[in-house]
Amino acid sequence: MNWQWLHRFGSPKWFYEKTHLWVWGLGVLACGLIFVGAVWGLAFAPADAKQGNSYRIIYIHVPSAIVSMAGYYVMAIAGAIGLIWRTKLSFIVMRSAAPIGALLTFAALFTGAVWGKPTWGTFWVWDARITSMLILLFLYLGIIALQGAFQNQDAADRSAAWLAIVGMVNVPIIYKSVEWWNTLHQPATIKFTQKSTIDPSMLYPLIIMFFAFYLFYFWSLLRAVRVEILRRELKTQWVSDILKG
Amino acid sequence: MSLESYSLRYALSVSLKRELLLAARQKSELFNPLLFFLVVVIFIPLGITPDKIFLAKLAPGMIWVFALLATLLSLESLFKADFEDGSLEQMLVSPLSLSWIVGVKVFCHWLLTGVPLTLLAPVLGIMLFLPADAYIGLMISLFIGTACLSLIGAIGAALTVSLRRGGLVLSLIVMPLYVPILIFGADTVNNLAQGLPYIFSLLILGVFFFLALLGAPFASAGALRISVTA
Repeated sequence: MNWQWLHRFGSPKWFYEKTHLWVWGLGVLACGLIFVGAVWGLAFAPADAKQGNSYRIIYIHVPSAIVSMAGYYVMAIAGAIGLIWRTKLSFIVMRSAAPIGALLTFAALFTGAVWGKPTWGTFWVWDARITSMLILLFLYLGIIALQGAFQNQDAADRSAAWLAIVGMVNVPIIYKSVEWWNTLHQPATIKFTQKSTIDPSMLYPLIIMFFAFYLFYFWSLLRAVRVEILRRELKTQWVSDILKG
Repeated sequence: MSLESYSLRYALSVSLKRELLLAARQKSELFNPLLFFLVVVIFIPLGITPDKIFLAKLAPGMIWVFALLATLLSLESLFKADFEDGSLEQMLVSPLSLSWIVGVKVFCHWLLTGVPLTLLAPVLGIMLFLPADAYIGLMISLFIGTACLSLIGAIGAALTVSLRRGGLVLSLIVMPLYVPILIFGADTVNNLAQGLPYIFSLLILGVFFFLALLGAPFASAGALRISVTA
């Protein structure tokens, strides 16, 4: 079997040239879906019986929380592929995924705090999910910090990839521990009441927002990867050809 | 000595002797984390309150947090000297698996940091008015828990050993990984102090220990290979 086509994926130059059109496609699709989902969710979906309009923040909050967790696995698996097959592109993906994931985690925490103030009367609660998200943010920041601490690009990539893999093994353990800690220390007074009994008219825009956020994630990742490719291959002929126009 | 006469037991005993000898000649590095552990305790009554009942409530968690921080401070030197004088490269090319050598180093680190911290913990317990029932749980949980801290911390130490100022990055990357151990360690002591069943969290801590024992030397060895070849 001829594996040539697969190996080409590892080449930054090939990737950069081929993804030129994908950026446009993904961008239009992601922004369009976000627009549709946001307008539907924020303007047309009915208000919640108990929470009024403040519940509408779930259209941003829940998708960003879910994509930020998935993003950690994208980053760690890209790092693992880089460590095993030594492909340049996987490390570039890993490095680009870390800040995007951290920003999405922060977005989830921030929107949660904004929603918590009118609903729970406080910006912050040591709830299991909130605490887990905070730890996820710290895991992301640790990887970014480790990458930034190295002078040598190759060492930075491989160390961060290794840490991402160690983190990936630990993420389920951390989540389960925090969940257990929470049930022990805090009576379950706070629940996402609207989550299990959500009305279809509220659910459809949420589903659209899920897809929109995933597309948006991959769009941002692709753009970040393309910039990182240019940055790393700055000294090669093909990059200077592109930059000269 | 010919290559055939290398036995695992001999190699391990030699590395163990070397580690202990090096530690004995660098006494200040041994005592500093312990000193930190004792000094930091004065901040609690000064910063919060000297109230006896209040301190007794804080004590289990606080002692655990201090033990965790003291371990973090001691981690930076785990592979540093070996990295700087080139011994680490010799360990990499030696016929003995690097995971075993890392295991010995982590064991020594625990023996010289975790065990003394465990033995010192009752002193802090007295100063923070820890309830009398909780001492035994405090010591058992710290005994197992500090071993987990040394094992997991070794991964961070291995990843940051080639950095000139790696200490802060080391703390940043290791702290989130310490969360489960802190939860179950402090919970053991808290439950004992309140007269609740505590054996479950102690068993979970034991499970963490075996998981870390299986995974951490391997992960640290991989990280050391990256740090040395980079």
